[in-house]
Amino acid sequence: MKGKIERISGPVVEANLKGAKLYDVVKVGKDGLLGEIIKIVGEKAVIQVYEDTSGISPGEPVESTGMPLSVELGPGLLTGIYDGVQRPLKVIEEKSGSVFIKRGIEAHAVDRKKKWEFKPKVKKGQKVAVGDVLGVVQETPLIEHRILSPIEGKVESIEEGKFRVEDEICVISSGKKKTRLTMLQKWFVRKPRPVKEKLPPFIPLITGLRVVDTFFPIAKGGTAAIPGPFGSGKTVTQQSLAKYSDTQIVVYIGCGERGNEMTEVLKEFPHLEDPNSGRPLMERTILIANTSNMPVAAREASIYTGITIAEYFRDMGYDVALMADSTSRWAEAMREIGGRLEEMPGEEGYPAYLARRLAEFYERAGRVRCLGSKERFGSITIIGAVSPPGGDISEPVSQNTLRVTKVFLALDSSLAYRRHFPAINWLRSYSLYGDELANYFEKEVGGEFPHLAKEAMEILQKEAELQEVVQLVGPDALPEKEQAVLLVARMLREDYLQQNAFSEVDARCPLKKQYLMLKAILKFYHNTMNALEKGAQLKRIRELPVRAEIGRMKEERDLKQLEALHKRIDESFGGVFE
Amino acid sequence: MKEYKTVSQIAGPLVFVERVSGVSYGEIVEVLLESGEKKKGQVLDVSKERAVVQVFGGTEGISTASSVRFLGETLRIGLSSNMLGRVFNGLGEPRDGGPKIVPEEKVEITGLPINPYSRESPNEFIQTGISTIDCMNTLVRGQKLPLFSGAGLPHNQLAVQIARQAKVRRSGERFAVVFAAVGITHEEASFFMRDFEKTGALENAVLFLNLADDPSVERLITPRLALTTAEYLAYSQDMHVLVIITDMTNYCEALREISSARQEVPGRRGYPGYMYTDLSTIYERAGRVKGSKGSVTQIPILTMPGDDKTHPIPDLTGYITEGQIMLSRDLHRKNIYPPVDVLPSLSRLMNSGIGKGKTREDHKGVADQLYASYANGRDLRALSAVVGEEALTEVDRKYLRFADEFERRFVNQGPYEDRDIETTLSLAWDLLSMLPEEELKRVKKEYMAKYMRGGKK
Repeated sequence: MKGKIERISGPVVEANLKGAKLYDVVKVGKDGLLGEIIKIVGEKAVIQVYEDTSGISPGEPVESTGMPLSVELGPGLLTGIYDGVQRPLKVIEEKSGSVFIKRGIEAHAVDRKKKWEFKPKVKKGQKVAVGDVLGVVQETPLIEHRILSPIEGKVESIEEGKFRVEDEICVISSGKKKTRLTMLQKWFVRKPRPVKEKLPPFIPLITGLRVVDTFFPIAKGGTAAIPGPFGSGKTVTQQSLAKYSDTQIVVYIGCGERGNEMTEVLKEFPHLEDPNSGRPLMERTILIANTSNMPVAAREASIYTGITIAEYFRDMGYDVALMADSTSRWAEAMREIGGRLEEMPGEEGYPAYLARRLAEFYERAGRVRCLGSKERFGSITIIGAVSPPGGDISEPVSQNTLRVTKVFLALDSSLAYRRHFPAINWLRSYSLYGDELANYFEKEVGGEFPHLAKEAMEILQKEAELQEVVQLVGPDALPEKEQAVLLVARMLREDYLQQNAFSEVDARCPLKKQYLMLKAILKFYHNTMNALEKGAQLKRIRELPVRAEIGRMKEERDLKQLEALHKRIDESFGGVFE
Repeated sequence: MKEYKTVSQIAGPLVFVERVSGVSYGEIVEVLLESGEKKKGQVLDVSKERAVVQVFGGTEGISTASSVRFLGETLRIGLSSNMLGRVFNGLGEPRDGGPKIVPEEKVEITGLPINPYSRESPNEFIQTGISTIDCMNTLVRGQKLPLFSGAGLPHNQLAVQIARQAKVRRSGERFAVVFAAVGITHEEASFFMRDFEKTGALENAVLFLNLADDPSVERLITPRLALTTAEYLAYSQDMHVLVIITDMTNYCEALREISSARQEVPGRRGYPGYMYTDLSTIYERAGRVKGSKGSVTQIPILTMPGDDKTHPIPDLTGYITEGQIMLSRDLHRKNIYPPVDVLPSLSRLMNSGIGKGKTREDHKGVADQLYASYANGRDLRALSAVVGEEALTEVDRKYLRFADEFERRFVNQGPYEDRDIETTLSLAWDLLSMLPEEELKRVKKEYMAKYMRGGKK
């Protein structure tokens, strides 16, 4: 289908393109810039173009590919770094011959030349269902790539050996029709991949961040939002989660964010080790980098590209974590394109469909029973950063996100100012998975862990109330027991909640260690309260040397030392009565 | 070249030309007035029936009888290393009476996005000689670190001090300053010129001046001219370029003016919805890239309307740049120069530019400790205003004194005082020694023994 350009206004181009379908991908102008049809009026198609439109004039040709925007799925995705429409940035660099991204470059997302060792998992004559594993490829030492059957039928032939992604590996017949399959598949980004069943989440995503795992746990297959003003550490938190979560695959979408930050991820991840296997983190990671100055329409697409890739790995039976940084930039891209289309704006200029789009996106998360005749489970956990203007979360993107996500990690700039990181405000954040996950924690970590967490939170809440009184009368005017609450709350803040992302030992804190640390602080608390009851002076308790030991727990590698510390805490209180 | 006499409408900076053909988006236009005067413009929207042209240099004098020429190319600037030491106006024409530049290269000023894959991560420490920046908000090569200021604060003075003192502590590399004045007053511009001349910095500088009485549309061009020049010097001539743009608030005002003339749907406070994307095409043009020795470091300056950092201009800027240096009116009133409020200030790339081999091993711990202790001291200052100093504990009173001394000795320094990082760090240890040792949880014990009180007990 061919037509001609009629009007150009920034990234939006109108063309005469009879018979075009909505969301079909088109090539625009002499340079063949990539675009997508987003509106059709009579014979006129409105196209959002994924590249800069300078220098294009009316009358230049437009050609529809007849296919909606889709991603390529197959071996070779892992360790990749793509732009918002899945063009590999490395290939763009080679083809541009420059450090700048030139226009009109076509590039396959998956390498066509590389050969992969394909091992079949089905036999000739066997019946297969949609989603059955036809064979596997060891894509990286960490990840086995499972090739799933897209159709139902009987295996006519199956290959074994080294193949390129476009080579035929299997023929499946259903009725009279024979389908030749390769390792490469395509999927439309705006259409969720099907599953057998969605399941309730009851396994936590262990992040290694104490404030998250202990107080605001995220479930595998759950959704979390991280809103915060600039400088409060959204990106550092997202990156920590990407590095240390016990997930098998990470899809990291840099949506409209800083170029230097993406470079940092790119340079850092190959050198970081996966805590479970010791292999480079990059081997389980896919990066989508559409920085703020890259075309705005591709930014809109980047979120869909990322989630579709995540779904593909979920269908193989993996736990996938998807980080979207930042969904506000995504919403702004929708607003910008909506504005160019002269749509009637909703709240704060955002399009009226903002809430629906956000909900649809987060709904693609979940723990699922995958398609296929053998039982297989996978999950996608979505962690979305939100960048509310001025840090005020009453704005539409934050509000619509909070309506659909279950965990809210409120970043707080006043914590960031005093270098309390992660700057997650413990009074405003919440997790709705607490009850569902309590069982797991009781069984796997320690029976009292959820209880300890509740008790610690009560102390922190009590501190907030007492602080208001302190503001009026000063700390010395409080009774000693309340001063003790302030003391322990401070220990909780400084020795437990604060975590140093740059320290080798402290950056990732295993659950067992979290439990022992929390128990130590609460032991100190109970002993303090007991001692005060029996007439001890708080001054003596403040001077206990064991306090400094509690302060150094973070950097302790040996968990036995922490258990020994519990004993020493009990013992040291004997001395406070003298 | 095509010429039309079909102007149908003139609205603010925009001219509507009817029945055009073969005109491309972003093309450069010359408008010929009846008086013989020529004005330049650029195509903002084009269809078969009409082109919307944004005119630089004001639309006064244009009538429906004016003729419009489409030049068939997008906006470019001619570049050459002879531009060093020269002063240009906001459209890139010489302003110092010197000869025209003979270009070695002509380049589109909109610039292409840098491939994130082709970037190198910025990790070289730039010493500015200013304690609050070097120690607590370290600037590195390839970073974009804006000054968030307010009307009447000494941001210009601070900017020239940085331009004068900034150096990487490995000498022998070529260094240049590209300065873009966007809608500033004549007085401010001459302050910069005088200082550049006086210190001899001018010969390694390129200046682009769009002054307050120049047409506002030009303000959208000036920073891009400066950055295109900077990229040329950095990536083709292997120089380390520091770009200072002042004042980005004027740029955003111009953006809003054009947007409203185009009758676009306004976003927050009337600024267009695409302002984030537009600003990013300026700020993201900082960095280091593979295969080039040079770098572009940006220090944009903006004045926060009403000192409000949630205003869209500082807000969107902060979301793009790698941190911010925040100036404070309170400190300025206390006669502290530079009035940098370290608490809301931040350098995101600091950790990659400091530490052993770059600055000093104790740097990060010291910076964190200063932040935490000063924040505590400031809280206590507010508290003591209510309950009185007597109601505080002894330790708290030490914090109060620490906060005062920190402002008086660490933040405060002379406009010509160039402190190297060692001086700054030992000053910091000096101040930290006012606090009880068990309060200093952010610094390692070994460093405390090594550096505090010069390593003596």
